[in-house]
Amino acid sequence: MSAAPVPDATSVSTYAMRLGDDALVLAQRLSQWSSRGPDLEEDIALTNIGLDLLGQARSLLTYAGEVEGRGRTEDDLAYLREERDFTNLLLVEQDNGDFAHTIARQLFFSTWQLALWEGLLSSADETIAAVAGKAVKEVDYHRDHAVQWTLRLGDGTPESRRRMQAGLDAMWPYVAEMFAADPLDVVLVEAGVAVDVAALRPPWDSFIDGVLAEATLSRPDDTWTPTGGRRGMHTETFGYLLAEMQHLHRSHPGATW
Amino acid sequence: MSAGSSVASPTEPTPLWEVFVRSKRGLSHNHVGSLHAPDADMALRNARDVYTRRQEGVSIWVVPAADIVASSPDEKDSFFDPAADKVYRHPTFYDIPAEVQHL
Repeated sequence: MSAAPVPDATSVSTYAMRLGDDALVLAQRLSQWSSRGPDLEEDIALTNIGLDLLGQARSLLTYAGEVEGRGRTEDDLAYLREERDFTNLLLVEQDNGDFAHTIARQLFFSTWQLALWEGLLSSADETIAAVAGKAVKEVDYHRDHAVQWTLRLGDGTPESRRRMQAGLDAMWPYVAEMFAADPLDVVLVEAGVAVDVAALRPPWDSFIDGVLAEATLSRPDDTWTPTGGRRGMHTETFGYLLAEMQHLHRSHPGATW
Repeated sequence: MSAGSSVASPTEPTPLWEVFVRSKRGLSHNHVGSLHAPDADMALRNARDVYTRRQEGVSIWVVPAADIVASSPDEKDSFFDPAADKVYRHPTFYDIPAEVQHL
């Protein structure tokens, strides 16, 4: 085996920031379920998942800031970047919709993210590998939670089934972006730092197909497949999410409690 | 799908479950509270989220609250008072070695 090329700091920082943004934005979305869950138990379950993701985001953004070397902290990155500077996937910023929409989003994302973290366990980057070690167990549970609800809603009442299918259909266009590698991915995969996301698609497909079959749901048709999140090109709803997430810190810089 | 899964209407709460958590190996499960869930699998997961999020346990039991048979407060006198004056039932005449824990 020849020695892998050592990636430059900017690439590693950008990669950590992408993964951190995915986790941060989905954590923010899930936090919006606080006090609005179908019942108290689900309220806690969804916000627990959000807190897991927030923990991942903190580690990744802190690391991204360190590697970048411009003195930016996790808070600077979370609260003081503009919309176009965020590089999360479009899927994670999508509106919560009803409970079934949220579950569909979680099912698609957690299935992808679990495979990603499993791959990153052996990342050449020690910090990313360490975050993966912790995240794998968390995301395994996130996926299980989403699967359980997908089965129950899909194989439940006609109304729950209709809503679950509508949730899947609404989130489906944003699936393709998770598996779209760009030049940065190629460089970092070669260096052993990143996971080749394109290779994650077949196992993702077979897992999701299995769940949908058991839940008596249909795999949505492939229609349009928007991308751009990794380049800071977001959907309309993202600006509102960011405004809510950032306004306190921007109104009262350095606020703590 | 596990047996007994049914989706409740929004106005009708899902069944009640009693939750027992073993805090560490060697100890017994203790009752920690209750929760609502549509079926046993979800009850177990909800219990994990509600009652063990601060590492309170290594094992969880969930039991349908409807299946628990409880003594009645009305029977308190006949159930429990007769034991009050039977001191010989207590193992107070043994020296318990210091190594024995949780007795």
